[in-house]
Amino acid sequence: MESKTNAVIITVLLGVMSATCYYLLYHFNEQILEWSKQGGWYFIVPISIAFLFSAVHGGFTGHFWDLLGVKAKTTKK
Amino acid sequence: MEISFINLELSNVLFLFFVGFVGGLVSGFIGSGGAFVLTPAMMSMGVPAIMAVASNMCHKFPKALIGSMKRAKYGQVDLKLGIVLGISAEAGVLYGATIQTQIKETFGDVGSNLYVSMVFVVVLAVVGGYVLRDAIKIYKSGSTDGTAKTTKLALWVQSVNIPGTMMYFPSIKAKISVLFTIPIGFLTGMLAATIAVGGFIGVPAMMYVLGVPALMASATELVIAFIMGMGGTIKYAIAGYVDIRLAMVILAGSLFGIQLGAIGTTYVKDYTVKIVMGVIMMLVLISRGLMVPVYLSKMGYLEEWWGMGTLSESTIQFLDQTSYIMLIFALGVGAVIILYALISGYIKHAKEQATANS
Repeated sequence: MESKTNAVIITVLLGVMSATCYYLLYHFNEQILEWSKQGGWYFIVPISIAFLFSAVHGGFTGHFWDLLGVKAKTTKK
Repeated sequence: MEISFINLELSNVLFLFFVGFVGGLVSGFIGSGGAFVLTPAMMSMGVPAIMAVASNMCHKFPKALIGSMKRAKYGQVDLKLGIVLGISAEAGVLYGATIQTQIKETFGDVGSNLYVSMVFVVVLAVVGGYVLRDAIKIYKSGSTDGTAKTTKLALWVQSVNIPGTMMYFPSIKAKISVLFTIPIGFLTGMLAATIAVGGFIGVPAMMYVLGVPALMASATELVIAFIMGMGGTIKYAIAGYVDIRLAMVILAGSLFGIQLGAIGTTYVKDYTVKIVMGVIMMLVLISRGLMVPVYLSKMGYLEEWWGMGTLSESTIQFLDQTSYIMLIFALGVGAVIILYALISGYIKHAKEQATANS
């Protein structure tokens, strides 16, 4: 039961972090696009955002399905 | 070119999120997919072609990263093979992009579209037809584990010993000369630069030329997609073409999808990957095939070769729309087969466990 509660807490936490990332992207989108379009070394801007979002949102989506009970088949190879 | 970004409307955001989800589901399962719908979808929203390609790539590599990590947990990824093929594929992409530019300069936009569609049709007919035939053959054979016999070509490739070039790959459980893997990766990349869906070549090449099982090939393709996608994104981002908003909206949906698609692979037999891949390739083939007469007409070849005159605007519009709907249909059919396989596999597994427990 305790592990289930922990799983819910982690999922909600990651969900909130993911939503915050998306909110910040939406809020600062003009500045971010201004940097992106300059190109050159500014390529780091979109690449870093992509990595950050994949870590946070990727973690959230993984836990999300897990929490719903959609899990991989458990057979030892 | 002056770089300007489109205004994002809510309907567009929701559409991209949804297509991202379905595309993610398919790529989590077969290693690629989604790009062939997402790029034209963004273009129809007013995003310039180069930015649509760039933004699509920018969602592809983080998606492939998450997908490959997930499938690595299930023991399906051959990281070494993925990296070796990925690096040579990246070189192929760069070379392929140069050829693509030359074709565009020589034959113009329509000529270049005709070339891309023709490559699509030929590649999908030959490779997709083979994959689907193979899947049906395994299904009919009633093979209990659903795996195919290693092809004669793969057995030959595995038997060749060129000292100093041999590398052991866990997915094949054999040593293979990198003199085989380098051209395969290079060709995959070159074709990916043309048709934008490298997995349609990479996965069948791994299965039939190297002898990698389908589930491992589709998982390893995600490593290749990560390397190619990241290289491509850096190239476009240096030129300033990445619209990170579009990429992250698609990623929002596709990360839900890719997790589900990856989970799905643990419930299916090897040939299911081939069925999904073969069916999608055949439907995309029809979609691209519909556009060939349009480009032939615009180039004046219908008149010149067959004396058929040119197609009317309404016919062109009809073919164009049908072709686009067909792409969405292809992705949808793939997603339905995957969901069906996932749900039925899940129920069967739950029943088996219940019986075992009782």
